[in-house]
Amino acid sequence: MNNSRYVARSTAIAARALGDETMVMSATNSTLFTLDEVASVIWDAADGVTPLDQIVANKICAQYDIAPEVALKDAEALVENLAQHGILLLSDQPLARSSSSSKEG
Amino acid sequence: MSGLMSEMAAKALKLNIPLSVQLDLTYRCNERCIHCYLDHDDHGEMNTAEIKGLLDQMADAGVFFLTISGGEIMMRKDFFEILEHAHARTFSIKLKTNGVLIRKKEAERIRALGVESVQISVYSHRAEVHDAITKMPGSFRQTIEAVRLLRTVGLHVTMANVLMVQNAQDYPGVRALANELGAQCTLDPTITPMMDGDRSILELNVDKAALREVFRDGALVGNVEEFCAPPQGVDEDALDMLPCSAGHTACYVSPYGDVYPCVQFPLPSGNVRRTKFVDIWRDSPQLKEVRSITLRDMPSCSQCSHGATCTRCPGLAYLEGNMRGPSYQDCEKSYARTGIPSENFKARNASPQSFQSLKLVQIQGLQPAEGIFSAKATEASAVGA
Repeated sequence: MNNSRYVARSTAIAARALGDETMVMSATNSTLFTLDEVASVIWDAADGVTPLDQIVANKICAQYDIAPEVALKDAEALVENLAQHGILLLSDQPLARSSSSSKEG
Repeated sequence: MSGLMSEMAAKALKLNIPLSVQLDLTYRCNERCIHCYLDHDDHGEMNTAEIKGLLDQMADAGVFFLTISGGEIMMRKDFFEILEHAHARTFSIKLKTNGVLIRKKEAERIRALGVESVQISVYSHRAEVHDAITKMPGSFRQTIEAVRLLRTVGLHVTMANVLMVQNAQDYPGVRALANELGAQCTLDPTITPMMDGDRSILELNVDKAALREVFRDGALVGNVEEFCAPPQGVDEDALDMLPCSAGHTACYVSPYGDVYPCVQFPLPSGNVRRTKFVDIWRDSPQLKEVRSITLRDMPSCSQCSHGATCTRCPGLAYLEGNMRGPSYQDCEKSYARTGIPSENFKARNASPQSFQSLKLVQIQGLQPAEGIFSAKATEASAVGA
C-alpha cells in the first residue's frame, strides 16, 4: 500500500453537492456518479497536494468511527475507481492544485 | 431518465434545490426562423459581470445542469468568457445554438471547456427547406459543418428538429443525416405562441393527420402499441402527481434577468437584478404557487381519462389563461396519439366559442464499493431539464 498518493479533481468534470452527497459527471463520456457523504469528504479534500493518507486521517477518521487501516483501504479503492473513470487524478507526486479547491455548490 | 437521475431529481425536489436551469444569454439571433417565439431586439441584456455573478449564485444554490441558450448564444462577444466561468463553477453544461458561427477554433474551445453536449437546430436534410425556415441563405451548409466540427472534436451533438407544415415530411431525412454525422436527433412537434402572446405562428403546426403519423413511427416512439395505447383513467396516486419539473427542480432565466418556471412557462417570478437567485427560488409566491399544483387541483384534467398519461405542459396551459387548466395543444396531441378525445377537447369542439378567440395571457417582463465509501455511476445521455 502506498500511503503517499495524491489525488486531485479532474477539470473535465461537472460536480455539485446535493445534500450530503456529491454529483459528478465526466465531461468526456457523460457518466454520472453520486458520491456518498464519506466519499464526498475525500472528493472535497482532493486538492492535489494533501496526501491521501493525511486526508483519511484528518477528514475521515477524525469524524467517523472507523479504523484507520480500513478507512485507508476503502479510500484507496474509491480513488482508484474514480481515477479509472477519469474524474480524479491520482499520482505518487503532488499534483497542481485543481481549478476549484473549495466544495462546489 | 436513468435510475440514478431519478434518485437525484427526487432528492433535489425534497431539498428544494434548482437542479436544472436554462439561461438565455440573448434573444438576438442571426437567423429569423419563421416559427421563432422571440423578440430579437436587445431590451437590456445582463452584462458580463451580471451573468458571471448569476452563475456564482446558481452554483451556490445547487444548480448542476446548466443549459445556455438564446437567441443565438454566439451573438454575444463575451460568450466564451461566460462559458469559461460556467466551466470553472463546474456546471454540467449543454449549449443550444444554430451553429452558424462555429468554426474549428470555436469547436475546439467548446470541447476544451468541458461542455457536455451541444444541441443544434436542423429543420430539414434539404438545404432549401432548412434555409427557407431560417430565412438565412447558406445556413444549412454552415450548420451542418458545425455539427461535423463538433463531432470531430468529440462532442455529443443533438440535432433538434421542430416539426411544422414546411418540413413535415423531412424528419426521416434529418434522422438519417444525424446518423451519418454521428449525432443524436430529437423531434419537437409543437410550435408555441410568441412571447408577446401572438398566436399567428401556431398556423405552422402540422395537422392532426401528420401528427398521428409521427406518433405511429416506431423509429421515433419505440413501441407504437404502448405509446398509442388508450388512456387508463386517473387513480388516486396519479392525482398527487406533479405536472413536470418546471418550478420544482428547474427554472429559466431570461437575458434580462427575469426568472420563470420554464422557458415555456412565462410566469414572471422575480428578477435577479433586484433579488438574489436563491431568494427568488425559495420565496417567490409565483414559484410557490406552481409547486402547490398537482393533478388533483386541475378541475378539468383530473376528470379526464388522459390525466395520468397526458404530456400536458403547464406553461402552455398558462399561456391559454389558466395554469390549472388544460393545454389545448396537448389535448390535440393526446388525441392524435390515442384517437380518444380528452374532456377538454370534447368541450371545446362542442362550444360555440372558438379557441382561436380566447385571450392569451400576455407575457410580461419584470423590471461502488460496499465499504464505507460509495460511488454509483450511470450513463446519463438523456440528462436535461
